[in-house]
Amino acid sequence: MSEPVLRLVGISKRFPGVLANDKVDFELAPAEIHALLGENGAGKTTLMNVVYGLYEQDEGQIFINGEEVEIHDPNDALGRGIGMVHQHFMLVPVMTVTENMMLGHETTRGPRLGPLSDLDEERVAAEIKALGDQHGLSINPEAYVQDLSVGEEQRVEIVKALYRGAEVLILDEPTAVLTPQEAEDLFAIMRSLIAEGKSIIFITHKLKEVLAIADRITVLRDGRVVGTTEPSVTNENELAAMMVGREVILQVEKGPADPGEAVLEVQDLQVRDIREQQVVRGVSFTVQAGEILGIAGVQGNGQAELVEALTGLTPVESGHIYLHGQETTYMKPRDITELGMAHVPEDRHKHGLVLSYPIDENLILQTYYLPPFSRRTFIQPKEVRENAEKLVREYDVRTPSIATRAGSLSGGNQQKVIVARELSREVHLLIANQPTRGLDVGSIEYIHNRIVEKRDEGVGVLLVSSELDEILSLADRIAVMYAGEILAVIPAREATKERLGLLMAGVREAPDSLAAD
Amino acid sequence: MDAAFFGGLLFLALVKATPIAFGAMGGLMSERSGVINIAIEGMMLVGAMMAFLGSVIFNDLTGGALPPIASLLAGLIVAMISAALVALLHAFISIYYRVDQIISGTVINLLAVGVTNFVANAYIDPNGLAGVGVFPVITIPILSEIPFIGPIFFDHQPLVYLMLIMVAVLQYALFKTPWGLRIRAVGEHPRAADTVGINVNRSRYINVTLGGVLAGLGGAFLVLESVGRFQKLMTTGRGFIALAALIFGKWTSVGALGSALLFGFAEALGVRLQLGDVNELQALALLAGIGIIVLAVAWGMLKLIRRGEDKRPNRTIGVVAIVGLALTTAAFLIDWPIFEIPIQFLGLLPYVATVLVLAGFVGRAIPPAAIGRPYEKA
Amino acid sequence: MATAETTRTSRRKAILSRLAVPVLAIFTALVVASLAMVLSGTNPIKAYLALGEGAFGSQVAIVETLIKATPFLLAGLGIALAFRGGLFNIGVEGQLFVGSAVTVIIGYSVELPAVLHISLALLGGMLGGAIWSAIPGYLKARNGAHEVITTIMLNFIALRVINWAIGVDGPMRAPRTVVPETPAVFESARLPILIPDSRLHAGVIIAIVAAFVVYWLMWRTVTGFELRTVGANPSAAHYAGINVKFNIVRTMALSGALAGLGGGIQVLGLEPYNFTTGFNVGLGFDSIAVAVLGSIHPVGVALAALLFGAMDAGARLMQLRTKVPIDVVTIVQGLILAFVAADQIIRRLYRIRAEAVEGPINISQMYGGGG
Repeated sequence: MSEPVLRLVGISKRFPGVLANDKVDFELAPAEIHALLGENGAGKTTLMNVVYGLYEQDEGQIFINGEEVEIHDPNDALGRGIGMVHQHFMLVPVMTVTENMMLGHETTRGPRLGPLSDLDEERVAAEIKALGDQHGLSINPEAYVQDLSVGEEQRVEIVKALYRGAEVLILDEPTAVLTPQEAEDLFAIMRSLIAEGKSIIFITHKLKEVLAIADRITVLRDGRVVGTTEPSVTNENELAAMMVGREVILQVEKGPADPGEAVLEVQDLQVRDIREQQVVRGVSFTVQAGEILGIAGVQGNGQAELVEALTGLTPVESGHIYLHGQETTYMKPRDITELGMAHVPEDRHKHGLVLSYPIDENLILQTYYLPPFSRRTFIQPKEVRENAEKLVREYDVRTPSIATRAGSLSGGNQQKVIVARELSREVHLLIANQPTRGLDVGSIEYIHNRIVEKRDEGVGVLLVSSELDEILSLADRIAVMYAGEILAVIPAREATKERLGLLMAGVREAPDSLAAD
Repeated sequence: MDAAFFGGLLFLALVKATPIAFGAMGGLMSERSGVINIAIEGMMLVGAMMAFLGSVIFNDLTGGALPPIASLLAGLIVAMISAALVALLHAFISIYYRVDQIISGTVINLLAVGVTNFVANAYIDPNGLAGVGVFPVITIPILSEIPFIGPIFFDHQPLVYLMLIMVAVLQYALFKTPWGLRIRAVGEHPRAADTVGINVNRSRYINVTLGGVLAGLGGAFLVLESVGRFQKLMTTGRGFIALAALIFGKWTSVGALGSALLFGFAEALGVRLQLGDVNELQALALLAGIGIIVLAVAWGMLKLIRRGEDKRPNRTIGVVAIVGLALTTAAFLIDWPIFEIPIQFLGLLPYVATVLVLAGFVGRAIPPAAIGRPYEKA
Repeated sequence: MATAETTRTSRRKAILSRLAVPVLAIFTALVVASLAMVLSGTNPIKAYLALGEGAFGSQVAIVETLIKATPFLLAGLGIALAFRGGLFNIGVEGQLFVGSAVTVIIGYSVELPAVLHISLALLGGMLGGAIWSAIPGYLKARNGAHEVITTIMLNFIALRVINWAIGVDGPMRAPRTVVPETPAVFESARLPILIPDSRLHAGVIIAIVAAFVVYWLMWRTVTGFELRTVGANPSAAHYAGINVKFNIVRTMALSGALAGLGGGIQVLGLEPYNFTTGFNVGLGFDSIAVAVLGSIHPVGVALAALLFGAMDAGARLMQLRTKVPIDVVTIVQGLILAFVAADQIIRRLYRIRAEAVEGPINISQMYGGGG
């Protein structure tokens, strides 16, 4: 085997209280796609940020083409041919593609005035256009980044790395924002880059993708390398066990649904976002008591705004929402909550919790003004405490005390606090938006079981998730959302990943294949 | 009221706008890089005092052997350096210590008041220090001969010219040079800048500090080109008005100049009203007319610079400009009825205008996306 | 789960560590200011001794400290309350003016039974301050105008309008005076004196009661829960069904009412019982330091107000004895604010471990005209 283009030896990286990388060894061969597989928090991104110079390792060495190098900042990495496409794109929205390309190593013309020289935008625009065409990545240099689609932004990021002379390309969770079909296109681009001699590190937690595209696979768990293997000698179950450290139950145990009357009815709902763009375009569906309706879709297709409209957080433009037969379309969040709606929000730090508040105050966030927590406008500290002690026990929140600030809990325990608060009220409808994102496997299982339990008690559940596996294992019916519309609602037993994938990409089905709602 | 009078009004407006425009440009450099700067007021105050002390002490040290202009220049340089140091302190507290940027600015404003009052009471007043004078007017040959325009723009003291040059340079630099590209990226998406090897915090330190130099020039103007000596609290809120001008000007220097001119015009009108040259309603009509014209011009220029961002048609700008012109003409032609307003109330115009600007009654502004947030690598 | 005993010890520890930073900040500020004194040729120890004597050296001195602390306490409470609600009310200065002005108008224009007259005058002052403060609150809630700049502009407006009103031919000008001032309020509106032949007026007690009321309001009422939730996380407050915009206006109004009360008490409690130019200038700004030094907690604010009152009361004797200008006190106060706000400076200087006592103050949200 030829000299590896990149070799990491014994890399360790500590953060206060966490050992994010523990003596990690890693090799990347020339013209190889090497997948870095692991759960959320396994240390994949940290390791690559070390390679890219955003962090400095506490221990260990980095070799590039056999030569030991020190990488202190991204300039060092870029200078040695390492480029990275981050999970959250590093493009400035209010600038053009060309401006983003130039940023950090600008091409200028005319008199040399250092930082005050004249930018040569025309030349750079022509260069990146040519570079993109050469690799089958078409981009428009004059476009403003804020007007691009997610897929286009990703292409711009890849061209940006190539423009900076990257030989090693690190792609951090590149498929998280793509439909299965767009992911296929990306894989094709990756293969053609390999054919030209580039090397790629592909960070992911999706087993199927790894098996489909990688030449080699290194699995990380808790900051350590569990092992390196190849797709030809392994399979999904083995990789999953390596990732998690035990056999994973891939299926949630649940009996058949027993749907009752309609709890939530949505008719022709339209919503605009803050930029006045129409993001929900005429959505209609029904959630019945005792069933889980899953909303699948690539993130950013209007799901967030749909949930905000249903919960009263965002004004509705037109259409109707009925909760238990009562119209709630223009109601305030509090009135909707009082009608028996529970909401596990997408962003638990922004909406779900007041991080600087202790657990007990977080547990009365919507009920503080009602007895027993307050009487004649006075808060009753004893009742607040007792409520917290009860819920912490019931929902297995691991915390030193109920006076602990929510901000110092782990993600899983924070989510349990939210679930405890939402489900401890009398609810008819539970809206859960990305309820398990970023959580460890144990917390995911716990929350999935609680959701199914509520369904079996006769609560209607609306589950929004961009994880197809979560939708497939929990939902009784599945609605697919694309560009602000619901393209189809299909029973879970008729849903396959392929069928959902096509819908998520916006491919409408012929009318006769549409299953009854 | 005639054209000469109107020209005089515009001339005065430009003079009154100068410290505000300097302050706004100081704020621009800081806020474009993502650091809120409500300490402009304090920097201007320190700049004013140090301009005075610098020129007086230099004059003493040289024993009057050099012409006064040398002392004035020394004062100018001292003002720039000391305001830059104050700005560096703001950068240090808010970047290194991550103190909320508005708190940090408040601390600096309070300290600036305390220190300048202390020095005035302990040193300037007891010693009866008198100023060295002010910069002479430099009349630019030929250009100042242009009818109407010439006397308005080309018959000023040097800092007014410097301000106009800085506005042009900053506007160009912000959108057409590597420095501008980087400062905008740092203020909009610091992490993206970091990932292409730009040192975000270093960029912020540099730009906040250089912004202090500009704010110091604004303070120095008050002493070296206007009053001739230092008075306690002499900035009287101009630093805050400058911030309003910056916001109204959508964080561009040309826009900030436009709004500073508007504030300057309001101030100039107040002066002329005190002299009884115009009557109150006429003044208000004039102010509104000019305001609308400035708005239309600034809008049109912004549209030219940032193509594609503003989708409203050019026609609207034209209509707005015509309305402004009509109102201005009417201010001249109509015989406005007498309506007495106490003189102190006219002094309120810039403050009221600032509140209205901030309240978004005259167009909304979107600040740099990362403003107010310390940058963390993790 | 922690036992009650360990909870109590850990609470005591927490209180001690909370005190450490402010106390060391005061100490450091005094040291730094002494450098300024040395530079101007004064012995700082002599100056500080004179300052202490002027503040606590006699009954007169202590009374002076208390009555100087009173407006600091009320204005500081107003600022602290706004901070808790996520707002930076830098307009306390103007709200004090408006409060004084309204109180003095009620005080000199009608004669009523004493209890009624005092209550009415002070309520009027509170209302004036509340309205003056609710304006920027409304502009922020409705259009996102940041309160820091709008309140400062309203300070200038209040100052100029009131200066006009008490100026030559102004509607509030007292007849036949040379200096710009209003008439004195009627006897019936004056606050009772607590110790005969001293200046100690009942306003001191009103301010202390206000501190208790603010504490109780913030942590024991529905209003306080809403106020704090909006301050700590406006998005979560919106999610929880709290009307964020209404709360912004209400918090500003409550804050302004406290400032207005402070202004009113100054008029009704102190000779010559009227309002004049230069009245309490700068008090509103110094109160920012009082609020921050007091960890935006009513008890802390009370202690900080006492300290600032003492500094103001002692400054005159210091100037008399050592020729140090009174303004040195302003510098000390500014430095205290700097060191408390940038507490890491103090922590590093004295090697105190940082701990997450409160979420950091964040008032830089929504800066500028837009989102």
